[in-house]
Formats: sequence, structure tokens, C-alpha cells
Amino acid sequence: MNLMEINNLDKSFGGLSALLDFNFQIAENELVGLIGPNGAGKTTVFNLITGVYKPDRGSIMFRGENLAGLPPYTICAKGIARTFQNIRLFNDLTVLDNVKISAHKNVPYGLISAIFRTPGFFRGEEEIEKEALRYLELFHLKDKKDELAKNLPYGEQRRLEIVRALATRPLLLILDEPAAGMNPQETQELMGLIRHIRDEFNLTILLIEHDMSLVMGVCERLYVLDYGQIIAEGTPAEIRSNRRVIEAYLGEDVE
Amino acid sequence: MQMVKNRWLKIGSEVLVLASLFTLVQYLIAANLLSQYLQINLTSMCINIILAVSLSLINGFTGQLSLGHAGFMAVGAYVAVIMTNMLDQPFIIGILAGCLAAALAGFIIGVPTLRLKGDYLAIATLAFGEIIRVTLQNIDYVNGPAGIMGIPKLTTWPWLFGGTVLTVLVIVNLVNSSYGRAIVSIREDEIASELMGINTTKYKVLAFVIGAMFAGLGGVLYAHYFYIIKPETFNFLKSFDILVMVVLGGLGSTTGAIIAAIFITAITAALQSFPAIRMILYALILIIVMIYRPQGLMGNKELSTKIFGRIWSGRNELNGNK
Repeated sequence: MNLMEINNLDKSFGGLSALLDFNFQIAENELVGLIGPNGAGKTTVFNLITGVYKPDRGSIMFRGENLAGLPPYTICAKGIARTFQNIRLFNDLTVLDNVKISAHKNVPYGLISAIFRTPGFFRGEEEIEKEALRYLELFHLKDKKDELAKNLPYGEQRRLEIVRALATRPLLLILDEPAAGMNPQETQELMGLIRHIRDEFNLTILLIEHDMSLVMGVCERLYVLDYGQIIAEGTPAEIRSNRRVIEAYLGEDVE
Repeated sequence: MQMVKNRWLKIGSEVLVLASLFTLVQYLIAANLLSQYLQINLTSMCINIILAVSLSLINGFTGQLSLGHAGFMAVGAYVAVIMTNMLDQPFIIGILAGCLAAALAGFIIGVPTLRLKGDYLAIATLAFGEIIRVTLQNIDYVNGPAGIMGIPKLTTWPWLFGGTVLTVLVIVNLVNSSYGRAIVSIREDEIASELMGINTTKYKVLAFVIGAMFAGLGGVLYAHYFYIIKPETFNFLKSFDILVMVVLGGLGSTTGAIIAAIFITAITAALQSFPAIRMILYALILIIVMIYRPQGLMGNKELSTKIFGRIWSGRNELNGNK
């Protein structure tokens, strides 16, 4: 069954058409990649799905509900979480607090309870902390929990972004260039991590990536976007031999 | 179990410190050992703490630059005075009405303006503060620009102390909860916050309303101590004074706001004997602090008993290593 189905999505900025008649499906538990040259509209797709932009036309059906035009926090509540191309952590907060914020949408106590420090508040805080620590432990960030997010090395910041997104307990996780700025070894580790997350949390993952070794290695299906339009769709092997894709993106001498 | 025990120990020691502070000052006042001059400064200090801490929730924690805090103070002061002075209601009714009215004003102003950011929000709140002041100037019921005189002096030490503690307690507890983390995440990165499931508009308005409510409390206590209120008292320079305290203390630090409020009240009092160069010295002190502590006195850190605990355990470790 398809977890998400996007039909005829259009988005333009001023006179510039960023996305034209975009159609897309992703099945439950699938790992799909979205690739394309710079400026092809990949991040625009992510911004439309997560509600940062409102589409001009079309529908984004997620578990039978149209998400088009809903605000980002509602979309997050429905089970979609993402990371960012340019890391957007809460820099001046600790690693632990960064993850705890994701738990707020299910906060187990009320505002009055927080202000008057009722027993429910302490119980709830304990619960939130335990949960956040569990996530940090899974991603080997637990001993850094009291450091400020901005003081983490680059690779760990990327990992923390993934943890923070996971802590909102999504059904669909969207990764925007998770390997950007990583060296080949870190990219290898990331590939393992992405597969692990999918199996461990029983997730569906959609990712944008420029690193072809990662995309080809980890994704089960690919969409190729160029000038705001899908030009190809298929398994990594099919995409690798697709003439239009080679022309548009990969260049003549791939393989 | 240990955690619960520590929690009670901490609350117990805090209550003890506050109770002894309260009793000490109460005794000094009752025994006539505190001069009139010191009492006035003590009152200003408490009111400034209330104002600075409440603005720090909006400016420091939520990261929304608001320049209309004196406007909310005015709403609280006028509504309370109408209750106590003109309608002969008890002080507590005045306090409640003043706070509620200020919170309502915060809501009315917050909903349309909080969609603006940075400089634009600053200008919009500044304008709203001025609108409140000018409106008061044109209402004959409250004597227009002349203001209201002969307000009964109902702000006694217990009210003052209680109000200050309540303000600090509510705001500290709010900030150190999941709601507080949601609020601070807006300051850190509004888009990321929204995408992690935080309804940012709701929490911005919430912080604004709570901040305005306590500014109203500051106004109520002010009006019932200083005998007279007029619209001019609550002009944008007053808002600016409060902002200076918040920035000086460090954006995002409640203890910083408290220390800065005490510091500025003390400086203002100390400089009163040099009226000619008072403002120059005041400005100089601010410039010097900002050059050497651009992040404010406390940065975004809090002063807490934990620091002493850390020094203590550090010393023990050293001893253990020997």
C-alpha cells in the first residue's frame, strides 16, 4: 500500500516554475531517493511535503489525507519528519534539549502542571528524558548530551539532526542531503545507519543526495528530477542506464 | 526515591532562604530600621525585577524583540487604580483585574504583530505601546495627561515580595519545562521548530501574554506605591529602560535579568546625588559593560546553587587525587 501519493503538484515562485506536474508514490517501508542537478527542485519538493511552502496545485495524499496547505507542525503531527540541507539545529541548546523538543508535540502534562510543578510534571519530564536518552544512545551521542549542539563536530551535527527528526516518531523520514560534506568513510557509515534506522524503526525513508555511491547503494527506487519535472523513475540499475538521465545529470562517462 | 528526596531538599532550602529574607525585611520595616529612602529603592528594585524578568521571557527566551512593555505596565496600573481608587474594590481585586487586563492587551497586540520578525516587530510593539499611552491621555475618566493622583499606598512589603517571587517562580518553571523548550526553540530556529511539531505562533503569543500579564502586575504595584500615575510615566523610554536591564543581564537568563534589575536600580539611586552628570555616567557604565560583556552579565547562563556544588565536588576531586 502506498504511504504517500503526490499528484500533479505545481509550484512556482514569481514567474519561475520550480515544480511542474510532479507525481510521486512511496510505499510503506520503502527507501526512495530523489536525485537531480542543482536547482532541479528537489528541496522544493521536500518543502512542499513538509508544509514550508504551499503548493499552487495538486494533492499530497498521506495515509488517505491531503496534506497540501497544512501548516508544518500539523504535518509533523501526522508523522512526517525531516532534516535540512543546511544543518538547522537549535545551536545554543544542549544535545539532549534538541532531542527533547521533538517530544513536545506529545507533551504528557499541561501548562498549569508545569508552572505549579505537580507530580505529573516530574513524571512527564522523567519520561521525556528517558526517551530522549534512549535515542541518543542508539546513535552514540549519549555521552555528548550536555554539550551545546553548535560545539559538536560536523558529522555528529548531521547525526543529531537525524536523531531529532526520529524523536518526533515519524512514519516517513525525509533526509535532505544527509551526506553533504562527509568524507567517503563517513558516507559509508551513514549508509549503514540509514538502513539500520529503516529496519529498527520500521520507517519509510525518502532522501535527496548528490553522492551517487550512497544513492545507488542504499535506495531501492529513484526519481530523477530536472528543471522541475520528473524525467525518469526506476531501480538504481535502470536509472544508471537511462539515456535521458545520463544526459541530464550523470554525464557521458559514468561506469 | 533519591531524586524525590533531593527535590524536596531543594524546595525546602529555597523556601527557607526566601522566608528568612522576607522576615528580615519585614522586621526591619516594622522596627523602623529601614529608612524611607531605602524602602523606596527596595520597592523600585522589586518592581524592576518583575518587569525585567517578564520582558526577558519575551525578548530573551522567545527571541521576539518587543519595545512595548511599558504599555502593558500602564494597562495594569490604570485598570487596578480604577478598581481600587474609583470603584473602592479591595487591592487583590485591583491586582487581578490589572493583570488580566494587561494579559488581554498582550493577546490583542500579540496576535497581529507576532507574525512580524525582528525590526518590524520592534517597531510594531513600540507603536502599540505609544497607542496605549496616547489613548490614556485622551480619556477624561482617568484625567487625561494630568493622570490620577492620591492613589492609596497599598503596595506593602508582603505584596511586593509575593509578587516578585510569584513572577520569578512562574517564569522559571515555565522556561524549565517542555513548554519552555518549545519557546526557546523558536528563538533558536523558528522554521526547524515548526517542523519538529511546535505550533510557533501559539507559543509566541503565550509567551507574550504571560510577559504582558506580569508587566501589568509591575504596573499595579508601581501605581499603589508612588501615589500618582500619568500616561507620560509609561512612555517608550520606560520600555527602553526595561529592555536595557534584559540585555545587560544577558538574553535568555532569568538570574541575569534579576541581577541587572538590581544593578540598574542601585546605579540610578547612587547617581541621584549627581543630577548634572547622572545620565552621562549611566550611559558610560552601560557602554563599558557592553564592551567587556557583550553577551550581557550572565550570557544565557543561569546562576544557581549547582555552581557552588560543582566547585565543592571539584575540590573534593582534587583532594582525592592527592
